[in-house]
Formats: sequence, C-alpha cells, structure tokens
Amino acid sequence: MMPVVLWTDALIYLLVISMALMLYFQPADGQLREALRRLYQNKMGIITGWILLMFTLLALLDSLHYRPVLPDSPTPQYSIEVMSALDAVLQPLRAHNEKTYSAPLAQHLYVKENVTLANGLVVRDYPRLNIAQTPQPEVSVLLLRGTSWGMAAILLIWLVMRLFHVRHTMGAGSWVLIIVLLGTMLLISLAGHYHILGTDKVGQDVLYSTLKSIRTGLLIGTLTTLIMLPFAVLMGISAGYFGGWLDDVIQYIYTTLNAIPSVLLIAAAVLMMQVYIETHPALFDSSAARTDFRLLFLCIIIGVTNWTGLCRLLRGETLKLRELDYVQAARAFAVSDMRIMLRHILPNLFHLILISVVMDFSGLVLAEAVLSYVGVGVDPAMQSWGNMINAARLEMAREPVVWWPLVAAFSFMFTLVLAANLFADSVRDAFDPKGHA
Amino acid sequence: MSVLSVEQLHTRLGKLHLVDGVSLHINAGETFALLGESGCGKSMTALSIMRLLPEVAHISSGQVMLQGEDILQLPESAMRKVRGGKIGMIFQEPMTSLNPVLTVGEQITETLRRHTDTPTKTHHQQAADLLSAVGIPDAVRRLGDYPFQLSGGMKQRVMIAMTLAGNPEVLIADEPTTALDVTIQAQVLRLLREIQQQRGMAMLLITHDLGVVSEMAHQVGVMYAGELVEVAPRDAFFTQPAHPYSQKLFAALPQRNLNKLANITGSVPALDTVFVGCRFASRCDSAFALCHERPPEWTTLGQGHRARCHLLAQAQSVTVTLTPALNTVAAIGSEAVLVVDDLRVHYPLKRVWLSSHTPMLKAVDGVSFSLHGAETLALVGESGCGKTTIGKAILQLQHATAGRVLLDGVDLAALTPRALRQQRAYMQMIFQDPYSSLNPHLRVQVILTEGMQALGMKVDMADLRYLLAQVGLPDDALTRYPHEFSGGQRQRIAIARALAVRPKLIICDEPTSALDVSVQAQIINLLKDLQIKLKVSYLFITHNLPVADYLAHRIAVMYLGRIVEIGRNDEIMQHAAHPYTLALLAAVPSLTRGQGDVRLLSNEIASAAHPPTGCHFHPRCPQAMAICRQQYPRMTQISPTHFVHCHLLSPQ
Repeated sequence: MMPVVLWTDALIYLLVISMALMLYFQPADGQLREALRRLYQNKMGIITGWILLMFTLLALLDSLHYRPVLPDSPTPQYSIEVMSALDAVLQPLRAHNEKTYSAPLAQHLYVKENVTLANGLVVRDYPRLNIAQTPQPEVSVLLLRGTSWGMAAILLIWLVMRLFHVRHTMGAGSWVLIIVLLGTMLLISLAGHYHILGTDKVGQDVLYSTLKSIRTGLLIGTLTTLIMLPFAVLMGISAGYFGGWLDDVIQYIYTTLNAIPSVLLIAAAVLMMQVYIETHPALFDSSAARTDFRLLFLCIIIGVTNWTGLCRLLRGETLKLRELDYVQAARAFAVSDMRIMLRHILPNLFHLILISVVMDFSGLVLAEAVLSYVGVGVDPAMQSWGNMINAARLEMAREPVVWWPLVAAFSFMFTLVLAANLFADSVRDAFDPKGHA
Repeated sequence: MSVLSVEQLHTRLGKLHLVDGVSLHINAGETFALLGESGCGKSMTALSIMRLLPEVAHISSGQVMLQGEDILQLPESAMRKVRGGKIGMIFQEPMTSLNPVLTVGEQITETLRRHTDTPTKTHHQQAADLLSAVGIPDAVRRLGDYPFQLSGGMKQRVMIAMTLAGNPEVLIADEPTTALDVTIQAQVLRLLREIQQQRGMAMLLITHDLGVVSEMAHQVGVMYAGELVEVAPRDAFFTQPAHPYSQKLFAALPQRNLNKLANITGSVPALDTVFVGCRFASRCDSAFALCHERPPEWTTLGQGHRARCHLLAQAQSVTVTLTPALNTVAAIGSEAVLVVDDLRVHYPLKRVWLSSHTPMLKAVDGVSFSLHGAETLALVGESGCGKTTIGKAILQLQHATAGRVLLDGVDLAALTPRALRQQRAYMQMIFQDPYSSLNPHLRVQVILTEGMQALGMKVDMADLRYLLAQVGLPDDALTRYPHEFSGGQRQRIAIARALAVRPKLIICDEPTSALDVSVQAQIINLLKDLQIKLKVSYLFITHNLPVADYLAHRIAVMYLGRIVEIGRNDEIMQHAAHPYTLALLAAVPSLTRGQGDVRLLSNEIASAAHPPTGCHFHPRCPQAMAICRQQYPRMTQISPTHFVHCHLLSPQ
C-alpha cells in the first residue's frame, strides 16, 4: 500500500505532536501538572475526558490515509480509492452494501420490490438484505456473546495487571473504560450480522458513516478554532491593552467584517475555491485530496469570519483587567508589555476563551450542516453529520419515515458536544487556583 | 417598651453560624449601634431581621418582635408590608442601591404606592416633600433626575428619602456612610440623627467605625464571630469598655499620643469553627485556661452594661497592655529623595476632531512638594481630588501633562524607556485593594520575584524568605496562591513585593482603607517598623486624617487637584490654617466630642471638570470673601515648613 498524507492529516498530527511536546516540556512551576492532577480527581472531567479521547482516537485512525494495493496485478498497482486505517478496521461494516434504506437490526429492506421467488414467481415484497443472506444468529444470542467477550477482555486486563503488580483503585475512569469495552464488544459481535443503525438511501451502513463523520466534525471544530484563536486572542488583547490607534484599527476591522453577512462571504469564498479546484485538476491527485482541500478551505474561511465575537469579548475584558492594580504593579516593575499580556492578562481571560471556544465548537458543527444545506459546505461526497442531517430533510418527509440516519447523527453530535462542554467546565475548574483550597 | 427586640437569634448557612444567639432591644427614638469587624455577622443580623437572607441561609431559631409581634412567624405576603413599611433599610453602597434607569421620583413613588394609602395624585408632592426633608434643594426639579446625575452623598440622601417614604418605625442602616467622604459622612450622619429625632424612629446602625458609633449611638453592641460580646450604653462604653476585644478596638485606633498601635494578632475566626471556650480567646492577651474550656456567660457591670468575659465574671477588670513605645523617630535624611515640581495631569474630556479647544479635566493642576529620605508625607483629601493620579504620575504610570518629577535628582519624564526601567527599582507602589493588586493565578513566589526578574536582579531563595519574615509571613507562603490569605496578609504580600526591589520611595495608595481596624493597625505598625529599619520614604495617600496624623511627618491637604495646605504633622493637625483643612478635621467623627455641634461643610465637593473660578474652595467656604471668587490665592508661608493657599491668610 502507499501512504497518502492529506493536508488536514498533517495538521491534525502536528497538533497532536505539539500537545504531546507541551505536556512533556511543561513549565517548571508545576502549575500544569497540578491542574492535570486536579482534572484527574474530577469525576466529570474523567468521564467526559474518556469519551472525548474515544472520539479523538477514531478521528486519528481515520486520518491515517493510504491507497491499497490492487490485487491480481503483476507490478504493484495502487487503487485510485484512498482508504483510511479506520476503513480497514470497519471493514465488516463496509462489506455488505444494501440497495437502499433498511431499518436498524432489520432483515428486510425498507421498501417493497419485485422479488423473484425460487419457483420463478415474481411477487412484490420486502426483499431480504444482503447481510441476511447467510443465516443470522438471534440478536439476543449476539448480545450475550458480545457481553461475554467483553467480560473476558476485562478479566484479561485485570489478570495482566495482577501479574505485573500494577496497583489500581477503581475510579470513574475505570468504570468508563469497562463500559466502553463492553459496548465495543457488543458492537463487534452485532456488526458482523446486522446493520445496527440501519442503512441509508444508497444502502450504506449508517453506523459506518456516522463513525466516519467524527473526523469531519472534530476537524471543523478544532481547525476552525485554531485558525480563529490567534486572531481573536492577539487582536482582542492588544486592542484592549494598548488602546489608542491600534484599538481603533482593530475595532474598525471587526465591525466591518461583522457588517458583511457571513454566509454570503463564506458562500462566495467557497464557490470561488470550487472554480479554482475545477480549473486546476493537476494539483489534486485524487478525489480525496480534492474533498480534503475543500474541507480545509472551509475551516479557514469560517475561522476568518468567526473571530470577531471572541475578539470583542476579550477586548472588553482586557480593558477592565488593564486597570487592575496587579497590572499597574507589574508596570511599576518595568515588566515588559508582552510579559504582562502573557502572564497577567491571558491567564485571567482563559476561562472566557475556553467557554466561548467550546460553545463555538457546537455552533461550528451545526454551521457545517447549514452550509451543506446551502450547498457550500463540505464536499457532498464526504461523510459528515451535516450531510447526514441535510439528507434527513427528505427522509423525514417521506412516508413511512426514515428516522435512523438523523437519530444516529444527532446522538453522536450530541454526545460529542455535551462531552466537550462538560470537559471544558472541568478544565476551567482545574486551572482555577481558587476552587481548591 | 422596645419597638424592636431580638431574642436569641440564630442564623445558619450550612455549617456556618452566621449569627449565634444575638439578643438586642431598641426603644423608640433610640439608636443601637452594632459594632464589629467584617465577617462578624453584623449585616447578617440585619438581613435576618428583614428576612432578606440569601436563599441558602436560614434562621434556625429565635424571635424578632416588632411592636410585640414576632415577624419571623409572618407569612411572606405580610412580611412584604413590614419591609420598607415598618422597617426601612439603608444600604452601604449608594451607587448600586438605586436603579440607574429610573428617575429618583419614580423610585420614591414606588415605595409610596406600596406602603401608603394616600391617593396616587398626591404622591408626586409627597416625594418632593421627602426630598426636601432629606436636605436636597430644589426638590421638585430633582424628582426628574436620574441617579447618575447625583453625587454619592445626594444618592445616599435619596436612599434615605425612599426609606422614609414607607414611614418606618425602625430604620436599619448598614454602614450608611462607609462609601462616603468624611465631609459628606458628617452631613449624612447629622441628617440621620435629625430625622430620627423628628420621627422618633428606632435605629439599628451597623458600622465598624468607633467614631460613627460615638456620634450616633445611644446603645452599643459589640459583635465578635457571630455573637454579641458586650452591650453597653454609649457613655459607659466610651469611658470604660469592658471586653478585651472592645478595648483592643480602641487601642487599634491611630491616635497621636500613642507610639505604637495595639496589635490584635490574627483575624476573626472562620464562622464554621466549633468554639469550645471564649471565641476571642485565641487573640486575647489576658486569656487563661478557663477561656479555652468554657464559653463565658454574660456579666452585668452596671446599668445596661454587660459583657461576656471570664475575667469580668471573676470581678477583675481588664486592661489591655499596650506595647511599650519604641523609639520611633527615624532620622529624616537631609537630601530630598523626591522632588515634584509643578506637576500637571490633564485629561481631555472628549475628543474633538481637528479642534484645538478640547475641554480638559485638570486632575492634577500644578502640584509641588519634596520628600526626604526616611520621611513620610501624607497626601490627604476627599475622593476625586487627584491624590491617586499624583501617585501614578510620579511612578510614570500616568503620563504627566507638564511639570517635573525628580527622583534623586533624575528627571523621570525626560528619561528614555530603557533608562526609566533602571529607575523603577527605586520607587514602588502599594495599592488600596489587596484583592485586585495580586494576580490570582500566580503563586506568591512568582509575585515576589516578578519585579526582581524584570529589573534584572538576582533572585535568591534566602532573600525571599527574609523578605517574608520582614513582613511577618511564614515561609510556606511562597508556594501558595493569594486567595489562601486574608486581606491583611495579602496586603503584607503586596508590601513584600514592593520591598523586594529595595526601593527608596514607596507610594502607599490608601493601603489600609479596605482593611478592618485591627488589621489596619497591624499594617500601619509594619509600615512604621519597615521605615525605621530600611530608611524608606513613603508618600502616603489617604483620606483618613487620624491615620495620616499617626504615620506621617508632614501632611499635604489637597483640594481639586491642588495642594491647599502643607506642613508638619502637628502644624496641620493642631494649627491648621486653611478653612478646608479645618472642615476636614471637624468632620472626622470623634470619640471624645459630644453629639452634634459640629461645623459642617454644607455643599458637595465640586467637579474637577468645571472647577469654580478663583479659589476652588470658595463655594463651600464659610469665610469666603469677594476676592475668593475672582482670584486663586497665592502661597502664604506661615512657618518655615507650613504653607497655605488662602486669601484670609495672605498679607494684602
């Protein structure tokens, strides 16, 4: 196989590496370590942290792209289709494509078709699913099997830990781990024989597309935030701290930007970019690279239009902080402006930044859905919750209702956003020296 | 027959005993002053009586009898008639207790509508009457004013008028003058006294200021850690306070004949402490074994005078032993450390495009003085007179419009930023509010070393420990965060931070005004000791004349951006020449003076944006002459060290 590095892959791994380095070379004053310890003691922080970690792992797996070797060719030939490590893991889900909609755990298609019976008779009936061609075990049997696998796995881990004398006390984290293990085993045992969350219009497994959408959602959330933060923080703090003409300039910039309807701006930018992609096909060697570039560009353009709110908030707060006595004291000590901003102002804005970033995160995932609806969101070929929700418009309108894609997308999005919100709360508490005497 | 009588009131918030068995009785026309430091449960007592406690707190037992009726048993609907009707309350902060988007008239008629049966048509007139009753001139026009159009003292008057609208039997005043300047405080106190006498109201006055108690009270109750420790008639209390805590409160007041203030070590205990013995035992010098074992019962000492103290129960009188006087005279250096020459700080009031005539606010308008080594100069004046601006302009935190600031002969304004950085080590500042002057996200060690690092000094752990020991903090303070310390300890950290770079000059911007009396005494003593040891000069900015008198070698009195009188400590305190200084001195609530008969300033402080012509003080001056309205008085020398700006004293 041939590894393929997409732009967003590179960025996402750069981010992971830099965070790891930051943890490794943390400042000597131990503030970060202490905060992490406090975070570890917070039950809500642990639980939501684990959930977020699961999402992140899936997204990271999904960011390892490659082109598989084509079978039966004398010289190594690579497939035109770009796969990811997650695709390989989820192979059982990809294996059975149906014709169209089927309900969760169903054995038959959701729509009637002409079926030719063995005796040659043609009747109109719900045809059997591809996945149900081989005899299926009962759901309850599979559940039981999954549970016992899970138990076995837990027991194994426990034995290994005993063997190596790892001391461990049961905490919230262990419980989450146990539940995740059990759930995974259940999913694995079910997924081989059923479409757990049904299939969508083109017969693709909904669980598969939901899991694939995690990467898109996380990317839009984090990349956009990363693009937005430097603008908002740097401009907001310097406008508030220095005041004067700099403040005027920054204020004019963001009021001007605010006055342009952002959907219009995004639509214009995305459409321009689309034209660019189409006129320069040589730049992109695969369709994955094209969709990926479009995603990256979308993140950038949303980031550029989205920083004004946070910037204004930070400017106002800095105006207040600037007059505080400890900032005056630092100025009386000839502490440089840069240092004052980093040491006295930024830490005291941290809670605001964190909260608004997490709030924005959920807004961004939703914005993606809205933009996809207008037709300027991510590439329609890309798996994303936005696209799933967009498709659900028609599915909700048909009779009988196809509800599962929407419910699947909604519940995954809900879990991610809720976990992110609660986790951010815990992080903020952990970094606040006041909450813990 | 007492109008309001509280019996064994207990208020709890979870584990906290906010109010613990308080009993008090107030007769009509009488004032009961509740005295104590912050965190003693004074305000909680008042809120319990009003039943306005925060939701998490509750009254666990006790009675509050209002004219023979237990209002704790009333349903909430009936209670709403009592609040603002029979019991009125005045809050500390006039800035936040009025709604900024309603006119004064609307706010007063609101109370009238709720609590009187008079026809609505008459309310406007009634509101106007109330406003003139609280001494607001031109009352009818003022009804249409919004709160922002009024000064602090006016707002407090409006607040009083609103309270009176319900025609209350009992008035609860929670630190009604703490946020006001002395001259305004004196006016408001007099108004309260007059109104009380006219209407025969009972008044519960909550304060931490012994002076205010002396001026206002008939009965005094001293609260400590949630309970009353002494109840006495005013005269008995001021001639012979019985409880050690009361005595310490007196001893902690800066007075000129004392060389060292009494230190009440420590601070008020946390309210969730489970007390075995006397609550004050841990801070009491005379505590003995019994004090730590059994809580003391009430001992009656005279007519209406009782206290909780084991010593008194054993018929011993208590006297607080004062620390023997130190030789506090630090030799004042002969060379001037700081010379301020015609300093001016003007702010543009609004930006006018392409116009040379920008209206200016002259916060500091030509101030000159000098400060010698190991000397303390106090800068005294009402709020808004430009004291703090001078401090910031000296430190170059505020750009000066004109004038020179010479530190050891170096003109600071003329320095390049790099050269100024070198000079920063020689001058430091201690701020008023110890809560906003320390970054909550930094450890004490980082706070202390920040300045040293920025100025390129070597940081040595031994130095840091010595520094902490100097300000009386334990070694382990280094690794802790500011929020783990009390207000007094935080101020010590702030002092240590300033001292860390070994300055020659420290500008103290009201360093004790946010602190309790006992803690204030600790900090003042510390500052005085440090001056003797380190020969540092202080520019001490304050509005508190007794503190200035106690600490300063010289005092400068400021009015609207200018120094009106400057002289040695005794020259100002005993032989003040300027009418404004005299008025300031007269307005300080005194412990010894009887109630009433004080010469008060009638008007409000003028705005620095539109200072009066001629002598700035003439609209408030009782001795103003024609020339005062036309010409600012020149400086007159009274003695080699005493200068004053006043036409009365200038040789024609």
